Amino acid sequence: MHRRTLLALALFTGLTAPSMALAADDAIKIGLLATFEGPFTVLGEDGERGAMTAIAETNGTVAGKKIEIVKGSSDASPDSAVRAARKLVEQDGVKVLVGPLSGDEGLAVKDYAKTKPDVTFINGTSAAQDTTLRNPAENFFRFSTDGAQWMAGLGTYAFKDKGYKKVATVAEDYSFPYTQVFGFMAEFCKAGGHVPSKSWVPIGNKDFSSVIAAIPEDVDAIYVALGGADAVNFLTQYQQAGGSAPLIGGSITVDQTVLTSKGKLRDVLKGTPSAGPTADTNDAPAWKAFVDAYKKQPGAFPSPSLFAHGYYVNMKATLLALDQIGGDVSDGGKKLREALSKLSFDTPTGKVSLDKNRNAVADIFLTEVTEGSDGNLLNKLVKVVPQVNQTLGIPEDEFMKLGAVNRDNPSCP
Amino acid sequence: MSLTTIADGAVPQQNWLDKIGAGHFILGTALLLYPLLASDFFLTQIAGYSMIFGVLALSLMLLAGYGGMLSLAQITVAGIAAYAVAILGSNNSNVLGFGWPWWIAVPFAVAAAAVSSALIGWISVRTEGIYTLMITLAIATATFYFAQQNYAIFNGHSGYAGIHAPVFWGIDWRDPKPFYYLCLGLAMLSYAAVLYGSRSTFGMTLQAIRDNPRRMGALGYHVTAHKVFAWFLAGILAGLAGVLLVWFNGRVSPGTIGVDVAIDILIIAVIGGLRHPIGPFVGAIVVILMQTFAIDIVGAERFNTLIGLVFLAIVFVSPDGILGLWGRIKPHLAQESLRAGP
Repeated sequence: MHRRTLLALALFTGLTAPSMALAADDAIKIGLLATFEGPFTVLGEDGERGAMTAIAETNGTVAGKKIEIVKGSSDASPDSAVRAARKLVEQDGVKVLVGPLSGDEGLAVKDYAKTKPDVTFINGTSAAQDTTLRNPAENFFRFSTDGAQWMAGLGTYAFKDKGYKKVATVAEDYSFPYTQVFGFMAEFCKAGGHVPSKSWVPIGNKDFSSVIAAIPEDVDAIYVALGGADAVNFLTQYQQAGGSAPLIGGSITVDQTVLTSKGKLRDVLKGTPSAGPTADTNDAPAWKAFVDAYKKQPGAFPSPSLFAHGYYVNMKATLLALDQIGGDVSDGGKKLREALSKLSFDTPTGKVSLDKNRNAVADIFLTEVTEGSDGNLLNKLVKVVPQVNQTLGIPEDEFMKLGAVNRDNPSCP
Repeated sequence: MSLTTIADGAVPQQNWLDKIGAGHFILGTALLLYPLLASDFFLTQIAGYSMIFGVLALSLMLLAGYGGMLSLAQITVAGIAAYAVAILGSNNSNVLGFGWPWWIAVPFAVAAAAVSSALIGWISVRTEGIYTLMITLAIATATFYFAQQNYAIFNGHSGYAGIHAPVFWGIDWRDPKPFYYLCLGLAMLSYAAVLYGSRSTFGMTLQAIRDNPRRMGALGYHVTAHKVFAWFLAGILAGLAGVLLVWFNGRVSPGTIGVDVAIDILIIAVIGGLRHPIGPFVGAIVVILMQTFAIDIVGAERFNTLIGLVFLAIVFVSPDGILGLWGRIKPHLAQESLRAGP
């Protein structure tokens, strides 16, 4: 008797399957994969604003066809990202997918991309090094730079201009912060600095007291690469514990998602040097125009976060390439991928082009946190490091010898 | 359920069994023919995935429905099998990966899961009700954090990737159709085994222990041993589901065995109904469909709210889950046909 319920459900399931064939011919479907749940929800929503800014610029059309955005949600775990990507590709039938947001998700989606050669994957903001450097997928493109590139100039600046000789690091325990620490230490250690202690904390950690206790007393500064709520929790607890060492920020530690938080945290953050793909006080007209366009999105921050920027740049690249080929992806996306690999265009943060692994070469901004005239904390532009490539200017064979990024590599105690 | 079945007289029981046979036959045929009309996505991502989670929830239903032991550690047991497949077989994460062929790795993985399940059971059988729930939740949470922070065995946050389903008889068993039949085979076998087991001597004893452990103890039954053995059996089911889960995802990471997934399994079992082994499968289909398609109905911002509301509505209308709902509607339908008569 209960079996009839199941039978009905099974039939219902079977009947709904063919409905996927009903896509309109005059629309282009683009999948948008971001973290709409879990610890990175705020970041994912800002990523969506960035992508929507790019779409608004072309009034929601490309090559005369209407753009249809199909959203997929993950919770920052690789499993959920692949599941969401599968749904977008296999059920919704998207041929172009923009995303995902975080490091391990990018590695997982790249592996999935290899099994779907007809679908074109364009990164969101995931910034782990090996998404494109080692064992890349032919159909995965990254117009945003990786976490090590984002650190260009920071290690040298901390050693030479700030005079820090010994720095402890605190970072989340997954591929993206490994990449960030790698990028910072590559320069800092080369300049002669030392990193006596590295702490790795799980995503979503609430109690940092043991981490704070493990930081050596005699360090000149602490390099912090934590995101969202984790950064706020660590910085608040570090301050409450009486910690006074100056900070050096990872790219997402002093992002707008953290700078807009309330409380005493603000005083700690002032003067923190950092580096990343964006700078809030960038005077370039292209950046200002982008900020104005971004602010039209509902719920926008005072200044776009690097997630909004990354999703914008990748979505913009997608639309430019689609426009070049007249929006025709009926050939399994071959023309689209050709157009993407040759694409070089001016973003709000300068020129972007791709290397042979389909990873971006772009400008990186060295910044310092200051208070703006309206009381909001901002990343003041200190210096632009022009056209940073994935090997940080080091010849490729030499760079590969440094080994894969992980929690123990590099090391200079 | 089965208690009432046995309590029926001999003659109606025969009819009852016939009826079950017909229902099973129709359902089985429908499921076997399902690949003819379903897309690849519905075959694996919905049907296959539902059956994997159905078997996982079935292992919980076995413990909760027949043994009165509510567990949140079923995904942990499945995770042990999944990690074992990754470690004993081959992966591309450059950590461990002994490269054993699947037909050695899988039995080891399932055995490891069953033994760990028995251990978890052995620790928790001395408790009852909400305390069992708390102990198993503690075990699930501890395993999750251990897997996330241990690099020697579990490879930390990123876990293991590049795990492939076996290829034999010239078939890649991760292709949509073979994988669907693999899941279907496991689901049918587990379902039949639990149904048969519930009417066996052991099953009857377990249900009697659930209803009155002291009386069964006084009669000379070893209460703890029976309960631990039930955990062992549930561990085999969860372990098999774990093996399919790791083949399905091609990877396993702490996110696979997180507390949210543990709660999903409980939701599936409760939504479906704990009174009959078909319940977990019904629950799994409803939950997986909701989780996959809610985002298309209400958009990215509020889809988890919709999922929560639907579950709330089901439990509010019928505390026994969807099975209970059917049990309530059926008498109405029967009366309706009487009323419709002239």
